[in-house]
Amino acid sequence: MENIITVSSLKKSFKTNHVLKDVSFTIRKGSIFALLGSNGAGKTTAVRILSTLSKPDGGKATIGGYDVERQGDAVRAMISLTGQFAAVDEVLTGRENLQIIGELKRLPNIKSKVNEWLGTFGLEDAADRPVSTYSGGMRRRLDIAMSLMGNPKVIFLDEPTTGLDPQNRLAMWDLVKNLAKDGTTVFLTTQYLEEAEHLADHIAILHEGKIIAEGTPGKLKTIMPQRGAHLNFASDADAQKALQLLQQNGIAVGGLTQNMPSLEEVFLTLIGEKKEGESHE
Amino acid sequence: MSKQKPRLFYDAKVMFKRCMKIALRNPEALVQATLTPIFLMLLFGAVFGNITDVGDYSYVDFIIPGIILQAVAQATSYTAINVNTDMMKGIVDRFRSMPLAKSALLIGHAGASIMRNVMTTAVIIGTAFVVGFTPKGGLVDWLIASGVLLLSVTAITCFAVFCGLKAKTPESASGLMFPLFILPFVSSGFAPTETMHVAIRWFAEHQPMTPVINVVRSLMLGHPAGNDLWVALAWAVGISVLAFALAVRRYMRKMG
Repeated sequence: MENIITVSSLKKSFKTNHVLKDVSFTIRKGSIFALLGSNGAGKTTAVRILSTLSKPDGGKATIGGYDVERQGDAVRAMISLTGQFAAVDEVLTGRENLQIIGELKRLPNIKSKVNEWLGTFGLEDAADRPVSTYSGGMRRRLDIAMSLMGNPKVIFLDEPTTGLDPQNRLAMWDLVKNLAKDGTTVFLTTQYLEEAEHLADHIAILHEGKIIAEGTPGKLKTIMPQRGAHLNFASDADAQKALQLLQQNGIAVGGLTQNMPSLEEVFLTLIGEKKEGESHE
Repeated sequence: MSKQKPRLFYDAKVMFKRCMKIALRNPEALVQATLTPIFLMLLFGAVFGNITDVGDYSYVDFIIPGIILQAVAQATSYTAINVNTDMMKGIVDRFRSMPLAKSALLIGHAGASIMRNVMTTAVIIGTAFVVGFTPKGGLVDWLIASGVLLLSVTAITCFAVFCGLKAKTPESASGLMFPLFILPFVSSGFAPTETMHVAIRWFAEHQPMTPVINVVRSLMLGHPAGNDLWVALAWAVGISVLAFALAVRRYMRKMG
């Protein structure tokens, strides 16, 4: 499969803060790519450069063969950005928000397209209410619907599930999978490891301005050294018996499961951080 | 879609409609644009009208241009707030990552602001008639006066757009507009400059609002505008061009 995004040696600093030091990766057309990193790792900076909002200090990035720096208009015609904060007009209704994007993208039959998207995202009932009355999940759905109008080839989702409740989060995961199924390339950033593990075909871990590991979730897991094995038994009694037998002389064991590290362990080991509970802010 | 070149006029028109909608749903801004100028006009016309001696003019006739500029400056602070709100929220990133004409958003804001101020100005002139405004100028005088007012509104709007881009919060965007609320009072708008203390008089006679006020007043009352017309036009066009150029530059630089 051909690559739709190529990034090589991307650099970006804000004064003395070197956010991206040397970032390279490629993304295959129609795949789900996750850029994984802690808060402040530079994920948003990378997204901003790729979506032409920010200029890199060095390196090169292309989308669909177009240079993000020099061929911005061609890139912008292919992509859609959903940032961390819902990009919606609060005082306008959901319908009006979609209508404006449809007009700006010069789509044909905007009215019926708007109704379609409202339906797809379960916003029909709220369509004519101002967005200020929407819940967080509804706002996010509207935000994504606005991004999807005009069927962009590449969609950037910057921390799409941050602040969503578990139900809306699962709905978002389904949505992302369906997008990729329809051929859209999805670039998502996340600090949630299980999200990357669950969704992505390809993961790049961004830490201190560099990609420290890259590959499929499966491949990333093989980076970790062997971690021994553990035995599974149907009951305590069996386990006791087996232990006795083992102590005596090592007889065949019923179930043997190798310990696989979770992606979270891989991540934390790679970036050399201590595990700090389950903080998911 | 991707084959089309960005068309400034089309994109700006969509943005204009958006900005108008947003403005019309803000009750506070609507009051500022309509009711406040009505009360201001009624207050100055009906309350101070009979006790203030301004030479050849009736006080109501005298203060209309000053009231207009004061009301426009106040109402335009919402333009600065709206621009700033767009910049601080994700919406501007959405627009910037779309294949749109670069200055379409700013032109949309400016256009909506000018449209609202035309409404405000009409409301003031309408109210002025209620409190005894008796215009004497002919059609041509009125057309020129309207043109000068339109350009002045454009200048104030462009300044507001720049303030909206420069400020870090909506509150400070409105704060940057504050000098414009005061300028009409330190001009020929509410009292003849000859009656002022010498330093204030010098300032009043050299600040941009005074020639605008003088021209509009003279023309509406059928007097020749004289040199003030060119001074007023130079100020209005100069400020509009400079402020808009600075605003666009700032908008572009925020992309870096």
